[in-house]
Amino acid sequence: MDRFFHSVTLDSEKCVGCTNCIKRCPTEAIRVRDGKAHIISERCIDCGECIRVCPHHAKKALYDHLDVISRFRYRIALPAPTLYGQFNNLDDIDIVLTGLKELGFDEVFEVSRAAELVSDATRRLMAEGNLPRPVISSACPAVVRLIRVRFPDLCGHVLPLNAPMETAARLAKQEASRREGIPQEEIGAFFITPCPAKVTDIRVPIGTDGSAVDGAIAISEIFPKLSSKMDKLTRVEPLSKSGVIGVGWASSGGESAALLDEKYLAADGIDNVIRVLEELEDERIRELDFIELNACSGGCVGGVLCVENAYVAKARLQKLRKYLPVAQNHLEGQIPGYMEWQEDLEYAPVLKLSNDLGEAMRMMSDIDRMSKEFPGLDCGACGAPSCRALAEDVARGVAKKSNCIFVLREQIQSMADTLSAIGGSMPPAGKNGEDAE
Amino acid sequence: MSMLSLKYEVPGDDFTRAGEASSDVKHKLKQLGYDPGAVRRVAIAMYEGEINMVIHAGGGEAYVEISPEEVEIHLVDHGPGIPDVEKAMQAGYSTAPDNVRSLGFGAGMGLPNIKKYTDDLQIETEVGKGTTLIMKVRPGA
Repeated sequence: MDRFFHSVTLDSEKCVGCTNCIKRCPTEAIRVRDGKAHIISERCIDCGECIRVCPHHAKKALYDHLDVISRFRYRIALPAPTLYGQFNNLDDIDIVLTGLKELGFDEVFEVSRAAELVSDATRRLMAEGNLPRPVISSACPAVVRLIRVRFPDLCGHVLPLNAPMETAARLAKQEASRREGIPQEEIGAFFITPCPAKVTDIRVPIGTDGSAVDGAIAISEIFPKLSSKMDKLTRVEPLSKSGVIGVGWASSGGESAALLDEKYLAADGIDNVIRVLEELEDERIRELDFIELNACSGGCVGGVLCVENAYVAKARLQKLRKYLPVAQNHLEGQIPGYMEWQEDLEYAPVLKLSNDLGEAMRMMSDIDRMSKEFPGLDCGACGAPSCRALAEDVARGVAKKSNCIFVLREQIQSMADTLSAIGGSMPPAGKNGEDAE
Repeated sequence: MSMLSLKYEVPGDDFTRAGEASSDVKHKLKQLGYDPGAVRRVAIAMYEGEINMVIHAGGGEAYVEISPEEVEIHLVDHGPGIPDVEKAMQAGYSTAPDNVRSLGFGAGMGLPNIKKYTDDLQIETEVGKGTTLIMKVRPGA
Protein backbone atom coordinates (compact mmCIF):
# COMPACT_ATOMS: atom_id res chain seq x y z
CA MET A 1 0.00 0.00 0.00
CA ASP A 2 1.33 3.40 -0.95
CA ARG A 3 1.22 5.58 2.12
CA PHE A 4 1.57 8.73 0.08
CA PHE A 5 -0.94 7.89 -2.60
CA HIS A 6 -3.22 10.79 -3.45
CA SER A 7 -6.06 10.87 -5.88
CA VAL A 8 -5.54 14.60 -6.34
CA THR A 9 -2.66 15.14 -8.76
CA LEU A 10 -1.22 17.71 -11.10
CA ASP A 11 -1.18 17.71 -14.88
CA SER A 12 2.03 19.71 -15.24
CA GLU A 13 1.45 20.25 -18.97
CA LYS A 14 -1.63 22.31 -18.18
CA CYS A 15 -0.30 24.08 -15.09
CA VAL A 16 0.70 27.68 -15.80
CA GLY A 17 2.01 28.30 -12.28
CA CYS A 18 -0.73 30.75 -11.25
CA THR A 19 -1.69 31.17 -7.61
CA ASN A 20 -5.32 30.05 -7.56
CA CYS A 21 -4.79 26.64 -5.99
CA ILE A 22 -2.16 27.63 -3.43
CA LYS A 23 -4.51 30.22 -2.00
CA ARG A 24 -7.44 27.85 -1.63
CA CYS A 25 -5.70 24.83 -0.11
CA PRO A 26 -6.94 24.36 3.49
CA THR A 27 -3.71 22.71 4.67
CA GLU A 28 -1.32 24.96 2.69
CA ALA A 29 -0.14 21.87 0.85
CA ILE A 30 0.64 23.44 -2.51
CA ARG A 31 3.64 25.53 -3.61
CA VAL A 32 4.53 26.83 -7.03
CA ARG A 33 8.16 25.99 -7.88
CA ASP A 34 9.81 26.54 -11.26
CA GLY A 35 6.52 27.68 -12.67
CA LYS A 36 4.53 24.60 -11.70
CA ALA A 37 2.38 23.68 -8.72
CA HIS A 38 3.69 20.98 -6.41
CA ILE A 39 1.62 19.15 -3.84
CA ILE A 40 3.27 18.46 -0.48
CA SER A 41 2.14 14.87 -0.15
CA GLU A 42 1.96 14.45 3.62
CA ARG A 43 -0.18 17.57 4.00
CA CYS A 44 -2.72 16.86 1.26
CA ILE A 45 -6.12 15.66 2.51
CA ASP A 46 -7.58 15.08 -0.98
CA CYS A 47 -10.44 17.50 -0.43
CA GLY A 48 -10.41 18.49 -4.09
CA GLU A 49 -10.60 22.26 -3.52
CA CYS A 50 -7.68 22.77 -5.93
CA ILE A 51 -9.48 20.79 -8.63
CA ARG A 52 -12.50 23.01 -8.11
CA VAL A 53 -10.63 26.30 -8.43
CA CYS A 54 -8.02 25.56 -11.11
CA PRO A 55 -9.06 27.58 -14.17
CA HIS A 56 -6.68 25.57 -16.38
CA HIS A 57 -7.93 22.14 -15.30
CA ALA A 58 -4.40 21.23 -14.33
CA LYS A 59 -5.51 19.61 -11.09
CA LYS A 60 -7.19 16.31 -11.58
CA ALA A 61 -8.35 13.28 -9.69
CA LEU A 62 -6.98 9.83 -10.36
CA TYR A 63 -9.71 7.21 -10.38
CA ASP A 64 -10.44 3.90 -12.02
CA HIS A 65 -12.02 3.54 -15.43
CA LEU A 66 -14.96 1.29 -16.11
CA ASP A 67 -12.84 -1.43 -17.75
CA VAL A 68 -11.22 -2.16 -14.36
CA ILE A 69 -14.24 -4.29 -13.47
CA SER A 70 -13.30 -6.94 -16.05
CA ARG A 71 -10.53 -8.17 -13.75
CA PHE A 72 -13.12 -9.83 -11.53
CA ARG A 73 -15.40 -12.78 -12.10
CA TYR A 74 -18.34 -11.25 -10.22
CA ARG A 75 -18.77 -7.47 -10.23
CA ILE A 76 -20.71 -5.35 -7.80
CA ALA A 77 -21.47 -1.67 -8.29
CA LEU A 78 -21.67 0.45 -5.13
CA PRO A 79 -23.44 3.66 -6.19
CA ALA A 80 -23.26 6.63 -3.82
CA PRO A 81 -26.75 8.08 -3.33
CA THR A 82 -25.36 11.29 -4.84
CA LEU A 83 -25.46 9.53 -8.21
CA TYR A 84 -29.28 9.57 -8.24
CA GLY A 85 -29.32 13.36 -8.06
CA GLN A 86 -27.40 13.75 -11.32
CA PHE A 87 -30.27 12.87 -13.65
CA ASN A 88 -32.95 15.19 -14.90
CA ASN A 89 -36.59 14.02 -14.57
CA LEU A 90 -35.66 10.80 -12.83
CA ASP A 91 -38.56 9.42 -10.83
CA ASP A 92 -37.33 5.94 -10.01
CA ILE A 93 -33.99 4.95 -8.50
CA ASP A 94 -34.35 1.49 -10.07
CA ILE A 95 -33.76 3.01 -13.51
CA VAL A 96 -30.25 4.05 -12.41
CA LEU A 97 -29.55 0.70 -10.77
CA THR A 98 -30.77 -1.31 -13.77
CA GLY A 99 -28.68 0.93 -16.03
CA LEU A 100 -25.59 0.08 -13.93
CA LYS A 101 -26.22 -3.63 -14.50
CA GLU A 102 -26.43 -2.96 -18.23
CA LEU A 103 -22.92 -1.48 -18.01
CA GLY A 104 -21.51 -4.87 -17.02
CA PHE A 105 -22.10 -5.19 -13.28
CA ASP A 106 -23.60 -8.45 -12.03
CA GLU A 107 -25.09 -6.80 -9.01
CA VAL A 108 -25.80 -3.39 -7.56
CA PHE A 109 -25.57 -2.74 -3.83
CA GLU A 110 -26.63 0.77 -2.86
CA VAL A 111 -24.29 2.58 -0.49
CA SER A 112 -27.40 4.19 0.98
CA ARG A 113 -28.37 0.75 2.35
CA ALA A 114 -25.13 0.62 4.31
CA ALA A 115 -25.70 4.25 5.34
CA GLU A 116 -28.89 3.16 7.08
CA LEU A 117 -26.94 0.51 8.96
CA VAL A 118 -24.28 3.06 9.93
CA SER A 119 -27.04 5.36 11.20
CA ASP A 120 -28.48 2.49 13.19
CA ALA A 121 -25.05 1.66 14.66
CA THR A 122 -24.39 5.33 15.44
CA ARG A 123 -27.69 5.65 17.30
CA ARG A 124 -26.77 2.61 19.38
CA LEU A 125 -23.26 3.81 20.18
CA MET A 126 -24.62 7.22 21.12
CA ALA A 127 -27.22 5.63 23.39
CA GLU A 128 -24.56 3.55 25.12
CA GLY A 129 -22.91 6.84 25.95
CA ASN A 130 -19.29 5.70 25.98
CA LEU A 131 -18.10 7.94 23.16
CA PRO A 132 -16.70 11.36 24.08
CA ARG A 133 -19.24 14.07 23.17
CA PRO A 134 -19.77 15.58 20.80
CA VAL A 135 -19.24 12.72 18.40
CA ILE A 136 -17.85 13.81 15.02
CA SER A 137 -18.93 11.97 11.88
CA SER A 138 -16.29 9.83 10.15
CA ALA A 139 -18.08 9.69 6.81
CA CYS A 140 -16.16 12.39 4.92
CA PRO A 141 -12.58 11.14 4.40
CA ALA A 142 -11.26 14.64 3.73
CA VAL A 143 -12.59 15.82 7.10
CA VAL A 144 -11.12 12.81 8.91
CA ARG A 145 -7.74 13.56 7.30
CA LEU A 146 -8.04 17.23 8.18
CA ILE A 147 -8.67 16.33 11.82
CA ARG A 148 -5.71 13.98 11.74
CA VAL A 149 -3.25 16.65 10.61
CA ARG A 150 -4.66 19.70 12.40
CA PHE A 151 -6.78 18.79 15.42
CA PRO A 152 -5.03 16.40 17.83
CA ASP A 153 -7.60 16.74 20.59
CA LEU A 154 -10.50 15.92 18.34
CA CYS A 155 -9.11 12.62 17.05
CA GLY A 156 -10.79 10.79 19.94
CA HIS A 157 -14.18 12.33 19.07
CA VAL A 158 -14.38 10.84 15.60
CA LEU A 159 -17.02 8.13 15.25
CA PRO A 160 -15.11 4.82 15.15
CA LEU A 161 -17.25 3.32 12.40
CA ASN A 162 -16.39 2.69 8.77
CA ALA A 163 -18.11 4.97 6.29
CA PRO A 164 -21.11 3.53 4.41
CA MET A 165 -18.97 2.82 1.31
CA GLU A 166 -16.74 0.41 3.23
CA THR A 167 -19.58 -1.31 5.03
CA ALA A 168 -21.47 -1.65 1.75
CA ALA A 169 -18.49 -3.36 0.08
CA ARG A 170 -17.96 -5.81 2.91
CA LEU A 171 -21.61 -6.69 3.27
CA ALA A 172 -22.20 -6.99 -0.47
CA LYS A 173 -19.21 -9.30 -0.93
CA GLN A 174 -20.25 -11.52 1.98
CA GLU A 175 -23.79 -11.85 0.71
CA ALA A 176 -22.76 -12.42 -2.91
CA SER A 177 -20.18 -15.02 -1.94
CA ARG A 178 -22.73 -16.97 0.06
CA ARG A 179 -25.47 -16.65 -2.54
CA GLU A 180 -23.41 -17.30 -5.68
CA GLY A 181 -20.90 -19.70 -4.15
CA ILE A 182 -17.97 -17.60 -5.40
CA PRO A 183 -14.91 -16.96 -3.19
CA GLN A 184 -14.71 -13.33 -2.00
CA GLU A 185 -11.35 -12.81 -3.79
CA GLU A 186 -13.09 -13.27 -7.14
CA ILE A 187 -15.71 -10.65 -6.35
CA GLY A 188 -14.94 -7.05 -7.20
CA ALA A 189 -16.78 -4.15 -5.53
CA PHE A 190 -16.60 -0.72 -7.18
CA PHE A 191 -17.67 2.55 -5.66
CA ILE A 192 -19.26 5.12 -7.95
CA THR A 193 -17.66 8.15 -6.37
CA PRO A 194 -18.53 11.84 -6.12
CA CYS A 195 -15.05 12.84 -4.89
CA PRO A 196 -11.30 12.10 -4.95
CA ALA A 197 -11.10 11.75 -1.16
CA LYS A 198 -12.99 8.46 -1.43
CA VAL A 199 -10.53 7.23 -4.06
CA THR A 200 -7.68 7.89 -1.65
CA ASP A 201 -9.65 6.33 1.20
CA ILE A 202 -9.79 3.05 -0.70
CA ARG A 203 -6.06 2.97 -1.37
CA VAL A 204 -4.96 4.29 2.03
CA PRO A 205 -7.86 3.68 4.42
CA ILE A 206 -8.13 5.06 7.94
CA GLY A 207 -9.36 2.95 10.84
CA THR A 208 -8.81 -0.32 9.01
CA ASP A 209 -5.75 -1.83 7.37
CA GLY A 210 -7.38 -2.71 4.10
CA SER A 211 -10.43 -1.64 2.16
CA ALA A 212 -12.84 -4.16 0.66
CA VAL A 213 -13.53 -1.74 -2.18
CA ASP A 214 -11.59 -2.74 -5.28
CA GLY A 215 -11.88 0.45 -7.26
CA ALA A 216 -13.59 3.82 -7.52
CA ILE A 217 -15.12 5.12 -10.72
CA ALA A 218 -15.97 8.81 -10.93
CA ILE A 219 -19.60 9.80 -11.34
CA SER A 220 -18.43 12.15 -14.10
CA GLU A 221 -16.80 9.24 -15.94
CA ILE A 222 -19.75 6.89 -15.75
CA PHE A 223 -22.48 9.48 -16.27
CA PRO A 224 -22.59 9.65 -20.10
CA LYS A 225 -22.41 5.87 -20.59
CA LEU A 226 -24.93 5.27 -17.84
CA SER A 227 -27.46 7.83 -19.09
CA SER A 228 -27.33 6.33 -22.53
CA LYS A 229 -28.05 2.86 -21.10
CA MET A 230 -30.84 4.29 -18.94
CA ASP A 231 -32.50 5.79 -22.02
CA LYS A 232 -32.59 2.42 -23.77
CA LEU A 233 -33.92 0.23 -20.97
CA THR A 234 -36.78 -2.06 -22.00
CA ARG A 235 -37.52 -3.20 -18.47
CA VAL A 236 -36.65 -1.89 -15.02
CA GLU A 237 -35.65 -4.33 -12.28
CA PRO A 238 -36.92 -3.69 -8.75
CA LEU A 239 -33.47 -3.36 -7.15
CA SER A 240 -33.56 -0.43 -4.76
CA LYS A 241 -33.72 -1.23 -1.07
CA SER A 242 -33.03 2.13 0.55
CA GLY A 243 -35.19 4.51 2.46
CA VAL A 244 -35.37 8.25 3.12
CA ILE A 245 -32.58 7.97 5.70
CA GLY A 246 -30.03 6.29 3.44
CA VAL A 247 -30.59 8.49 0.40
CA GLY A 248 -30.51 11.55 2.67
CA TRP A 249 -26.82 10.99 3.38
CA ALA A 250 -26.00 12.51 -0.03
CA SER A 251 -26.47 16.03 1.25
CA SER A 252 -25.37 17.90 4.32
CA GLY A 253 -27.64 17.29 7.30
CA GLY A 254 -28.78 13.87 6.13
CA GLU A 255 -26.54 11.86 8.38
CA SER A 256 -27.51 13.95 11.41
CA ALA A 257 -31.22 13.84 10.69
CA ALA A 258 -30.97 10.04 10.74
CA LEU A 259 -29.92 10.15 14.39
CA LEU A 260 -33.39 11.34 15.37
CA ASP A 261 -31.83 13.62 17.99
CA GLU A 262 -32.07 17.37 17.63
CA LYS A 263 -28.79 18.14 19.41
CA TYR A 264 -26.65 18.15 16.32
CA LEU A 265 -24.88 20.50 13.97
CA ALA A 266 -24.17 19.93 10.28
CA ALA A 267 -21.55 22.10 8.56
CA ASP A 268 -20.42 21.88 4.97
CA GLY A 269 -17.74 23.57 2.86
CA ILE A 270 -14.13 23.25 3.96
CA ASP A 271 -13.84 26.76 5.46
CA ASN A 272 -16.96 26.28 7.56
CA VAL A 273 -15.75 22.86 8.64
CA ILE A 274 -12.45 24.33 9.84
CA ARG A 275 -14.26 27.06 11.78
CA VAL A 276 -16.42 24.47 13.55
CA LEU A 277 -13.41 22.28 14.35
CA GLU A 278 -11.52 25.26 15.81
CA GLU A 279 -14.44 26.08 18.08
CA LEU A 280 -14.93 22.45 19.06
CA GLU A 281 -11.29 22.23 19.98
CA ASP A 282 -11.64 25.24 22.27
CA GLU A 283 -14.78 23.73 23.80
CA ARG A 284 -16.82 26.66 22.61
CA ILE A 285 -19.48 24.37 21.19
CA ARG A 286 -21.22 22.73 24.07
CA GLU A 287 -24.45 20.84 24.57
CA LEU A 288 -24.33 19.10 21.20
CA ASP A 289 -24.23 15.35 20.75
CA PHE A 290 -23.27 15.04 17.13
CA ILE A 291 -21.26 17.02 14.60
CA GLU A 292 -21.67 16.22 10.92
CA LEU A 293 -18.99 17.73 8.71
CA ASN A 294 -18.67 17.59 4.95
CA ALA A 295 -15.70 19.10 3.13
CA CYS A 296 -17.79 19.98 0.09
CA SER A 297 -20.49 22.66 0.05
CA GLY A 298 -23.86 20.98 0.18
CA GLY A 299 -22.34 17.65 1.25
CA CYS A 300 -21.42 14.79 -1.10
CA VAL A 301 -23.63 16.27 -3.84
CA GLY A 302 -21.01 19.04 -3.95
CA GLY A 303 -18.16 16.64 -4.74
CA VAL A 304 -15.83 17.68 -7.56
CA LEU A 305 -16.48 14.51 -9.54
CA CYS A 306 -20.23 15.19 -9.80
CA VAL A 307 -21.69 16.54 -13.00
CA GLU A 308 -24.66 18.42 -11.57
CA ASN A 309 -24.79 21.55 -9.44
CA ALA A 310 -24.92 20.49 -5.77
CA TYR A 311 -28.14 22.32 -5.00
CA VAL A 312 -29.99 21.04 -8.06
CA ALA A 313 -28.90 17.50 -7.15
CA LYS A 314 -30.12 18.03 -3.60
CA ALA A 315 -33.52 19.23 -4.80
CA ARG A 316 -33.85 16.20 -7.07
CA LEU A 317 -32.99 13.84 -4.24
CA GLN A 318 -35.68 15.43 -2.08
CA LYS A 319 -38.19 14.60 -4.77
CA LEU A 320 -36.85 11.04 -5.21
CA ARG A 321 -36.98 10.38 -1.47
CA LYS A 322 -40.54 11.54 -1.14
CA TYR A 323 -42.41 8.25 -1.25
CA LEU A 324 -39.69 5.99 0.13
CA PRO A 325 -40.07 4.24 3.47
CA VAL A 326 -38.10 5.88 6.29
CA ALA A 327 -35.50 3.10 6.26
CA GLN A 328 -35.25 -0.35 4.75
CA ASN A 329 -32.09 -1.60 6.42
CA HIS A 330 -31.79 -2.38 10.11
CA LEU A 331 -29.17 -3.98 12.28
CA GLU A 332 -30.15 -7.30 13.77
CA GLY A 333 -28.30 -8.09 16.96
CA GLN A 334 -24.97 -6.48 17.81
CA ILE A 335 -22.99 -4.08 15.65
CA PRO A 336 -21.00 -6.43 13.41
CA GLY A 337 -17.21 -6.22 13.64
CA TYR A 338 -16.76 -5.31 9.97
CA MET A 339 -18.56 -2.01 10.58
CA GLU A 340 -16.16 -0.91 13.30
CA TRP A 341 -12.75 0.74 13.10
CA GLN A 342 -9.91 -1.58 14.04
CA GLU A 343 -7.47 1.26 14.71
CA ASP A 344 -7.78 4.56 16.52
CA LEU A 345 -7.38 7.79 14.62
CA GLU A 346 -3.91 9.03 15.39
CA TYR A 347 -2.68 12.61 15.17
CA ALA A 348 -0.15 13.15 12.37
CA PRO A 349 1.59 16.44 13.17
CA VAL A 350 2.74 17.22 9.62
CA LEU A 351 2.61 20.98 10.16
CA LYS A 352 5.05 20.82 13.07
CA LEU A 353 8.22 22.83 12.54
CA SER A 354 10.67 20.44 14.16
CA ASN A 355 10.78 17.38 16.39
CA ASP A 356 12.92 19.34 18.78
CA LEU A 357 10.96 21.94 20.74
CA GLY A 358 13.95 24.24 21.22
CA GLU A 359 14.69 24.15 17.51
CA ALA A 360 11.02 24.72 16.71
CA MET A 361 11.01 27.79 18.98
CA ARG A 362 14.08 29.21 17.25
CA MET A 363 12.38 28.67 13.91
CA MET A 364 9.18 30.27 15.15
CA SER A 365 10.98 33.40 16.24
CA ASP A 366 12.73 33.57 12.84
CA ILE A 367 9.34 33.19 11.19
CA ASP A 368 7.84 35.99 13.29
CA ARG A 369 10.74 38.27 12.43
CA MET A 370 10.73 37.44 8.71
CA SER A 371 6.96 37.82 8.43
CA LYS A 372 7.42 41.45 9.41
CA GLU A 373 10.05 41.96 6.69
CA PHE A 374 7.73 40.71 3.97
CA PRO A 375 5.16 43.18 2.62
CA GLY A 376 2.12 41.30 3.96
CA LEU A 377 0.31 41.40 0.63
CA ASP A 378 0.01 37.60 0.48
CA CYS A 379 0.35 37.97 -3.29
CA GLY A 380 1.54 34.43 -3.85
CA ALA A 381 4.18 35.42 -6.43
CA CYS A 382 6.82 33.63 -4.34
CA GLY A 383 4.90 30.38 -4.80
CA ALA A 384 3.72 30.18 -1.18
CA PRO A 385 0.11 30.96 -0.20
CA SER A 386 0.98 33.83 2.16
CA CYS A 387 3.93 35.89 3.45
CA ARG A 388 3.74 33.87 6.66
CA ALA A 389 3.90 30.60 4.72
CA LEU A 390 6.97 31.83 2.83
CA ALA A 391 8.61 32.72 6.14
CA GLU A 392 7.86 29.18 7.34
CA ASP A 393 9.32 27.70 4.17
CA VAL A 394 12.49 29.79 4.59
CA ALA A 395 12.79 28.67 8.21
CA ARG A 396 12.35 25.07 7.09
CA GLY A 397 15.10 25.61 4.54
CA VAL A 398 12.98 24.96 1.47
CA ALA A 399 12.71 28.54 0.15
CA LYS A 400 14.77 31.73 0.00
CA LYS A 401 13.81 35.14 1.30
CA SER A 402 14.55 36.54 -2.15
CA ASN A 403 11.69 34.42 -3.53
CA CYS A 404 9.70 37.47 -2.42
CA ILE A 405 9.83 39.92 -5.32
CA PHE A 406 9.66 42.88 -2.94
CA VAL A 407 12.65 41.66 -0.96
CA LEU A 408 14.46 40.94 -4.23
CA ARG A 409 13.67 44.46 -5.48
CA GLU A 410 15.14 45.94 -2.29
CA GLN A 411 18.25 43.82 -2.69
CA ILE A 412 18.65 45.01 -6.28
CA GLN A 413 18.04 48.61 -5.23
CA SER A 414 20.71 48.33 -2.57
CA MET A 415 23.10 46.78 -5.09
CA ALA A 416 22.32 49.57 -7.51
CA ASP A 417 22.98 52.16 -4.79
CA THR A 418 26.33 50.54 -4.04
CA LEU A 419 27.20 50.43 -7.74
CA SER A 420 26.18 54.01 -8.21
CA ALA A 421 28.25 55.09 -5.18
CA ILE A 422 31.28 53.21 -6.49
CA GLY A 423 30.70 54.52 -9.99
CA GLY A 424 30.51 58.13 -8.73
CA SER A 425 33.72 58.11 -6.77
CA MET A 426 37.01 58.77 -8.61
CA PRO A 427 40.32 57.17 -7.73
CA PRO A 428 42.84 59.65 -6.26
CA ALA A 429 44.90 59.46 -9.44
CA GLY A 430 41.93 60.58 -11.55
CA LYS A 431 42.25 63.75 -13.63
CA ASN A 432 39.66 66.03 -12.13
CA GLY A 433 38.51 64.06 -9.13
CA GLU A 434 36.98 66.06 -6.31
CA ASP A 435 39.49 64.32 -4.08
CA ALA A 436 42.15 66.59 -5.59
CA GLU A 437 40.88 69.59 -3.62
CA MET B 1 16.93 30.40 22.72
CA SER B 2 14.58 28.80 25.19
CA MET B 3 11.83 31.39 25.31
CA LEU B 4 9.42 32.72 22.75
CA SER B 5 7.61 35.95 23.55
CA LEU B 6 4.39 37.02 21.91
CA LYS B 7 2.35 40.15 22.41
CA TYR B 8 -1.22 40.90 21.36
CA GLU B 9 -3.53 43.88 21.57
CA VAL B 10 -7.00 42.75 22.56
CA PRO B 11 -9.41 45.29 21.07
CA GLY B 12 -12.16 46.29 23.47
CA ASP B 13 -14.53 47.84 20.98
CA ASP B 14 -15.09 44.89 18.68
CA PHE B 15 -16.63 41.85 20.30
CA THR B 16 -16.52 39.91 17.04
CA ARG B 17 -12.75 39.89 17.17
CA ALA B 18 -12.50 38.49 20.67
CA GLY B 19 -10.69 35.16 20.68
CA GLU B 20 -8.27 36.00 17.89
CA ALA B 21 -5.22 36.20 20.16
CA SER B 22 -5.87 32.84 21.82
CA SER B 23 -6.54 31.29 18.43
CA ASP B 24 -3.15 32.53 17.14
CA VAL B 25 -1.37 31.22 20.24
CA LYS B 26 -3.04 27.83 19.76
CA HIS B 27 -1.97 27.73 16.13
CA LYS B 28 1.63 28.55 17.04
CA LEU B 29 1.83 26.03 19.87
CA LYS B 30 0.62 23.31 17.53
CA GLN B 31 3.22 24.30 14.97
CA LEU B 32 5.87 24.11 17.67
CA GLY B 33 4.78 20.56 18.36
CA TYR B 34 3.87 21.50 21.94
CA ASP B 35 2.18 18.88 24.12
CA PRO B 36 -1.39 18.61 22.72
CA GLY B 37 -3.02 18.52 26.15
CA ALA B 38 -1.26 21.72 27.17
CA VAL B 39 -2.19 23.37 23.87
CA ARG B 40 -5.83 22.63 24.52
CA ARG B 41 -5.72 23.95 28.08
CA VAL B 42 -3.93 27.12 26.98
CA ALA B 43 -6.44 27.66 24.18
CA ILE B 44 -9.44 27.34 26.49
CA ALA B 45 -8.05 29.28 29.46
CA MET B 46 -6.70 32.12 27.34
CA TYR B 47 -9.90 32.30 25.33
CA GLU B 48 -11.99 32.65 28.48
CA GLY B 49 -9.66 35.35 29.76
CA GLU B 50 -9.71 37.17 26.47
CA ILE B 51 -13.50 37.16 26.36
CA ASN B 52 -13.57 38.52 29.92
CA MET B 53 -11.27 41.36 28.94
CA VAL B 54 -13.61 42.33 26.13
CA ILE B 55 -16.87 41.93 28.06
CA HIS B 56 -15.80 43.65 31.26
CA ALA B 57 -12.73 45.75 30.71
CA GLY B 58 -12.69 47.27 27.23
CA GLY B 59 -9.81 45.11 26.05
CA GLY B 60 -6.16 45.25 26.96
CA GLU B 61 -2.96 43.42 26.17
CA ALA B 62 -1.95 39.79 26.19
CA TYR B 63 1.65 38.71 26.75
CA VAL B 64 2.56 35.12 26.16
CA GLU B 65 5.86 33.50 26.98
CA ILE B 66 6.46 30.01 25.71
CA SER B 67 9.25 27.85 27.04
CA PRO B 68 9.66 24.08 26.92
CA GLU B 69 8.71 23.95 30.62
CA GLU B 70 5.58 26.08 30.56
CA VAL B 71 3.38 28.62 28.84
CA GLU B 72 2.91 31.78 30.88
CA ILE B 73 0.17 34.18 29.90
CA HIS B 74 -0.39 37.68 31.24
CA LEU B 75 -3.71 39.24 30.41
CA VAL B 76 -3.56 42.89 31.33
CA ASP B 77 -6.56 45.21 31.26
CA HIS B 78 -7.28 48.70 32.50
CA GLY B 79 -10.93 48.11 33.30
CA PRO B 80 -13.02 48.44 36.45
CA GLY B 81 -11.22 45.72 38.43
CA ILE B 82 -12.89 42.89 40.32
CA PRO B 83 -14.40 44.03 43.66
CA ASP B 84 -14.83 40.51 45.08
CA VAL B 85 -12.43 37.98 43.59
CA GLU B 86 -13.72 35.13 45.71
CA LYS B 87 -17.24 35.64 44.42
CA ALA B 88 -16.02 35.99 40.85
CA MET B 89 -14.31 32.63 41.15
CA GLN B 90 -17.60 30.89 41.97
CA ALA B 91 -19.11 28.85 39.18
CA GLY B 92 -22.19 30.56 37.78
CA TYR B 93 -21.51 34.00 39.26
CA SER B 94 -21.59 36.61 36.54
CA THR B 95 -21.88 40.37 36.13
CA ALA B 96 -22.03 40.21 32.33
CA PRO B 97 -24.66 42.38 30.66
CA ASP B 98 -27.71 40.86 28.96
CA ASN B 99 -26.60 41.60 25.42
CA VAL B 100 -23.53 39.46 25.95
CA ARG B 101 -25.47 36.71 27.65
CA SER B 102 -27.81 36.47 24.71
CA LEU B 103 -24.78 35.36 22.66
CA GLY B 104 -24.18 32.50 25.05
CA PHE B 105 -21.42 34.21 27.01
CA GLY B 106 -21.53 35.41 30.59
CA ALA B 107 -22.54 32.09 32.11
CA GLY B 108 -20.25 32.74 35.04
CA MET B 109 -17.84 30.00 34.02
CA GLY B 110 -14.98 32.19 32.75
CA LEU B 111 -12.75 32.39 35.82
CA PRO B 112 -13.69 28.95 37.16
CA ASN B 113 -12.77 27.46 33.79
CA ILE B 114 -9.45 29.32 33.73
CA LYS B 115 -8.72 27.98 37.19
CA LYS B 116 -9.68 24.49 36.08
CA TYR B 117 -7.50 24.44 32.97
CA THR B 118 -4.36 26.13 34.28
CA ASP B 119 -1.67 24.83 36.60
CA ASP B 120 -1.28 28.18 38.26
CA LEU B 121 -3.49 31.25 38.33
CA GLN B 122 -2.87 34.61 39.97
CA ILE B 123 -5.25 37.51 39.86
CA GLU B 124 -3.98 41.00 40.54
CA THR B 125 -6.83 43.45 40.59
CA GLU B 126 -7.58 46.93 41.81
CA VAL B 127 -11.00 48.53 41.59
CA GLY B 128 -10.92 51.40 39.14
CA LYS B 129 -7.47 50.55 37.86
CA GLY B 130 -7.68 47.18 36.16
CA THR B 131 -6.94 43.50 36.38
CA THR B 132 -4.01 41.31 35.46
CA LEU B 133 -4.43 37.57 35.14
CA ILE B 134 -1.27 35.51 35.26
CA MET B 135 -1.78 31.93 34.22
CA LYS B 136 0.63 29.09 33.74
CA VAL B 137 0.14 25.85 31.89
CA ARG B 138 2.72 23.08 31.97
CA PRO B 139 2.94 20.28 29.44
CA GLY B 140 1.93 16.86 30.68
CA ALA B 141 0.68 18.29 33.98
